[in-house]
Amino acid sequence: MGQIQSERVARQLRELYRRYGYTKYKMSKFEPYDLYVHNKSFLVSEDILTFTDADGQLMALKPDVTLSIVKNAKEGAGLQKVYYSENVYRTSPMTRGFREIMQMGLECVGAVDLVAMGEVLQLAARSLEQISKDYLLDISHLGFVAGLLDRAGVEEKHRTHLLTYMGEKNVPELLACCGELGLSSTDADRLCCLTTLYGSPQKLLPELERMVQGKRMALALEELKNVCLLVPEDHLRLDFSIVNNMDYYNGLIFRGYLPGLPSGVLSGGRYDNLLHQMGRADGAIGFAVYMDLLERLEMSEDTYDADVLLLYDDESSAPAVLQEAEGCRRAGQSVRVDRQAPEGLSFRTVRKVG
Amino acid sequence: MINIALPKGRLGEVVYQILEKAGYPCPSIREENRKLVFENREAGVRYFWVKPSDVAIYVERAAADIGIAGRDILLEYQPEVYELADLGVGQCRMCVASQIGFRDRRDQTLRVATKFPKIAKNYYSTLSRDIDIIKLHGSIELAPLLGLSDVIVDIVETGKTLMENDLEIRETIVPISARLIANKVSYKFNYDEITRLCRQVDALCRERAGREGEKSQ
Repeated sequence: MGQIQSERVARQLRELYRRYGYTKYKMSKFEPYDLYVHNKSFLVSEDILTFTDADGQLMALKPDVTLSIVKNAKEGAGLQKVYYSENVYRTSPMTRGFREIMQMGLECVGAVDLVAMGEVLQLAARSLEQISKDYLLDISHLGFVAGLLDRAGVEEKHRTHLLTYMGEKNVPELLACCGELGLSSTDADRLCCLTTLYGSPQKLLPELERMVQGKRMALALEELKNVCLLVPEDHLRLDFSIVNNMDYYNGLIFRGYLPGLPSGVLSGGRYDNLLHQMGRADGAIGFAVYMDLLERLEMSEDTYDADVLLLYDDESSAPAVLQEAEGCRRAGQSVRVDRQAPEGLSFRTVRKVG
Repeated sequence: MINIALPKGRLGEVVYQILEKAGYPCPSIREENRKLVFENREAGVRYFWVKPSDVAIYVERAAADIGIAGRDILLEYQPEVYELADLGVGQCRMCVASQIGFRDRRDQTLRVATKFPKIAKNYYSTLSRDIDIIKLHGSIELAPLLGLSDVIVDIVETGKTLMENDLEIRETIVPISARLIANKVSYKFNYDEITRLCRQVDALCRERAGREGEKSQ
């Protein structure tokens, strides 16, 4: 019998993160609502399940783990590397109501440098590899996108709109929006080009090189280039249509995909801006793996609930029944002992004791 | 094999003709029968007909790799998909309409009948207008005639139904046309195939739009 996929993966990931020296971060099921309400737009879904604690304080069932980690990370203590494996409570647009979602991930908070970025990205790639050898890891650099928008003279308030269309790879609407904002046709073309680009770094880096204008884009590209060298290239793709909220994220962002799943299974990036909003000067990078999606990958080889169904009746002696069952187990089979065949379950072989 | 969700009805048939020309034919689709799925292994495509408002769901959940959906549906449901091309077919407008001569008084809550509550809500919230949404599933034009609502938010193609019922367009919210959408993960794993299909379909649609432009001149 195959193991439950998501449990196996969870165990492997914990072991992986531990081997990189990350320590486990355990948090309680609920936290004061204040923490989340101040950073609502950082959350994947803005709905939060709340209730009143015994002392009248408004509490929330945690919708996210990152905020709590960042809040509790000490400033100026070098890099803090933690991983977590927690249930979070969120609504998804597809299902409406709240769901409990198992999430694993890690955060690296403090003075983030190239080594730290490379390590986190490597861990993201390794995490995906544990689940499927055919994974894809898409990366983008928000500094590059923001640099282009700076150059084009797009005001902050209009950026959300443009970024939404970029996220949809929606060139017709993007062009229309650029027109409305009065962007020059070269800038509009550049933005559309950046939106549709998709491919390996080797292929795309020269093209990006030609797009660079100004220091911000140059720095971003330099960082992107250096980071790409640190991760296995075969599975790496550049995709600038990945967009995260720029109020929180900056720099490198990435998503992981597996064949056969309808949406991305890993999401992460550099979020110095969140720390700045919390009044801290340093940076952070991390990612989360959405374990609930892995159910979809569950192997179909589990056509039997157990290898053997061992039936007994009033005539069988209890020690004999248990002994025979134990014998099967020693031979590597799974055994269910029962008086009659249970409804709805299937077994490779069914036999009577004796 | 690329799975394509086509919207049932005239739009779907027009789009299938475009796909056929673009090199993705599937002759069995033209046979009169009750089959739901049509496959052409040589061309590497599998088509299926679904309710137009369901196309986005099939694509978002990767039951279909790509699909054709009206922009109205995409704005209403906001699925997590890529919108790869504007096919320029199925053109119409999302409009606010009312009975001719209706006087809109801002001191009252506006009653809005619509099939598209999200679009209506977003539109009126940009105007900071207090509205009461009445969600209907069809014959929206009937609502103002019977006093069920003050205005309607609905798709207008020719405006004929409105005219015949003494209704008029008050505001155009957004132009609508059919879009080629793709599942985000399918797009990545079938990048070459999907971009090729998309490019061919896009070129044919431009050509077609050009022809129609000439005709109307």
